Amino acid sequence: MKLREVKDILEAEVIVGDDILDLEVKTAFGADLMSDVLAFAKAGSLLLTGLTNTQVIRTANVLDIAAIILVRGKKPSSETIALAKELKIPILATKYILFETAGRLYMKGIVGCLPKVENTSGRN
Amino acid sequence: MGETNQNLYAGNFNIEGGNFNSAGIVSTSIKSILKKLGIPGDIVRKAAIVSYEAEINVVSYAKKAVVILTVDPGIVNIEVIDEGPGIPNIDLAMQEGYSTADQKIREMGFGAGMGLCNIKNYSDAFRITSEVGKGTHLKMTIQTP
Repeated sequence: MKLREVKDILEAEVIVGDDILDLEVKTAFGADLMSDVLAFAKAGSLLLTGLTNTQVIRTANVLDIAAIILVRGKKPSSETIALAKELKIPILATKYILFETAGRLYMKGIVGCLPKVENTSGRN
Repeated sequence: MGETNQNLYAGNFNIEGGNFNSAGIVSTSIKSILKKLGIPGDIVRKAAIVSYEAEINVVSYAKKAVVILTVDPGIVNIEVIDEGPGIPNIDLAMQEGYSTADQKIREMGFGAGMGLCNIKNYSDAFRITSEVGKGTHLKMTIQTP
């Protein structure tokens, strides 16, 4: 699905990346712990998170995350917005909570970037 | 930054301890350098992840550090040598979930005791040595096709 549809499904505000809403996405990962994002998220996925600082953008950049969806009505700081623009990483903000955000996207065909972790220590 | 004829790339980067906003700048640089060298995306990502987690550790705990990136045919080496408190018990520090992080680190989305595990898991070879009161030395090796 295109990022534009993600925006519509989540009634999201596009904070960065208005010009790249034709980006195609298929998978997502949701967490507020960036170390978990680094451990599990895959390139090209959406990152659903309630964290709004610059480390979210750095994490997304390191992993080639397609776009960041800020949940629970969170708004990024001006530093976060500036870095996202510099690194060309779209930010969408939705008022839906993480669970609702994930559910709404899943119903429309977006799946997790991995269904479950492979072992108890949970590593790739 | 210095370059030799032997390496495809060799360069140093500095990290300042305590500067939380700067965490990630070095790994972003490393990522773009490796991309320009034509290293495949999944390898670039691994190198960026290990250097990013190491940067988070340096800004969180150390005074400063130097990151040494060397790229040779078939191999990417990243060394992070910090001046800082060191790690008294490396086995404990390597345990997933063990952390001495404060609130500030946790607010950034880190400090859950996963950093060194992530570094180890994304490296093909990983070595850590530390001296209490002096600092910690990480060496990560990632193979390229």
